[in-house]
Amino acid sequence: MTTRNSPVTEDELHAYVDGELPSDRREAVAAWLADHPDEAALVAAWRAQAESIRARYGAIAQEPVPQRLKLDQVMHNDSASRRSWMALAAAAAIAAFIVGGAAGWMAHGASAAAPTSLGNITADALEAHQLYVVEVRHPVEVPGNERTHMTKWLSKRLGYEQRVPDLDGIGLKLVGGRLLPGPTGAAAFYMYESGSGERFTLYCSKLSAPETALRFESGQRFATFTWVDDDVGYVVSGPNGRDRLEQVTKRIYEQVDHLGRKKS
Amino acid sequence: MATFRQQVEATIPALRRYARALTRNADLADDLVQDTLVRALRSEHLFHGGEVRSWLYTILTNLNRNRLRSLSRRPVLSPIGENDAADQAGPEAGQRDIERALATLVEDQRNALLLVVLEGLSYREVAEVQGVPIGTVMSRLARARVQIKAYLDGERPALRRVK
Repeated sequence: MTTRNSPVTEDELHAYVDGELPSDRREAVAAWLADHPDEAALVAAWRAQAESIRARYGAIAQEPVPQRLKLDQVMHNDSASRRSWMALAAAAAIAAFIVGGAAGWMAHGASAAAPTSLGNITADALEAHQLYVVEVRHPVEVPGNERTHMTKWLSKRLGYEQRVPDLDGIGLKLVGGRLLPGPTGAAAFYMYESGSGERFTLYCSKLSAPETALRFESGQRFATFTWVDDDVGYVVSGPNGRDRLEQVTKRIYEQVDHLGRKKS
Repeated sequence: MATFRQQVEATIPALRRYARALTRNADLADDLVQDTLVRALRSEHLFHGGEVRSWLYTILTNLNRNRLRSLSRRPVLSPIGENDAADQAGPEAGQRDIERALATLVEDQRNALLLVVLEGLSYREVAEVQGVPIGTVMSRLARARVQIKAYLDGERPALRRVK
């Protein structure tokens, strides 16, 4: 047990700086530091480091919380992504999550890199969307009337069976598709267009990430739904407007379910 | 007593601060906080007592670790300017120095230091977040402080001389 006058250890100096010492020991260390200028300088340097860190980042906690991080919003997005038509994928996501979450709490590391690989594929897809939806003459490599050929070609390049969703029922015609670089190889990119010219795209690629529920993101002009199912990542992009995008995504989701299991 | 949800809500500003210091990027930081909140809300039923705050820091720390691992597999482009502007005098330069010094730390050391000095967690709470004994937390802290001091004292001017 330490007494008032026992020697001061380096651990104690850290604890002193961080306010972790009991009060009697705190006084003893303070008195000891008065006679030990080298150690006192070290303590001062550590305090200055802490001050710089707080000066750099402290104010962020004073900022108003952005809308998307308000709990109501987080819950709304989360539950919207788990509607009944998503029951299957959602159940899988929850199961994966429970395992991951429990492991995380045990500090054995949470499940794989879902947030980031999702973020990456969403960014890639959105980039492609922005680049090609404005194209008038060459928005695609293979036109929509060559659907059979395109399906065969892209199935081969992506390594799993492609099924090009049919969105005629909600007024969207297939413009066509193209091959793009994806996170782990090739990605397929399909474009649809309505009579009034609004364009939606589907980007899909093999992605070794756990299954997820749908994730909605919206920006200034465009919005996306992203999900992972059977080692395939899907991103549906379109004009910013959640209801219409959700309708399109639902149609696509129903048609591509579990395709990743079927090898081409 | 505050409900689970109220406690989560009250911690969001601090989580944003911690995430920003970890990622050095405002958008990435808020993504990380959002993912943390989704996980926390979905697993409310798994939470059996204890400190909600420490638990949220645990989730965020683990998610960030996953992010770093996947970054090491796939490099991302970050905008020039936000973190890497040319050297300038004034208080902003000092802020960038500490940012860069933190960036040189091993991840576990950076986490430990930020949790203690920025987030004000006790050593015991940090041990819980990191899933290690308190002694390990203290040695991480000590090494972090040595490294930062060395960076601020010496290595930076040395780099300048080379230029």
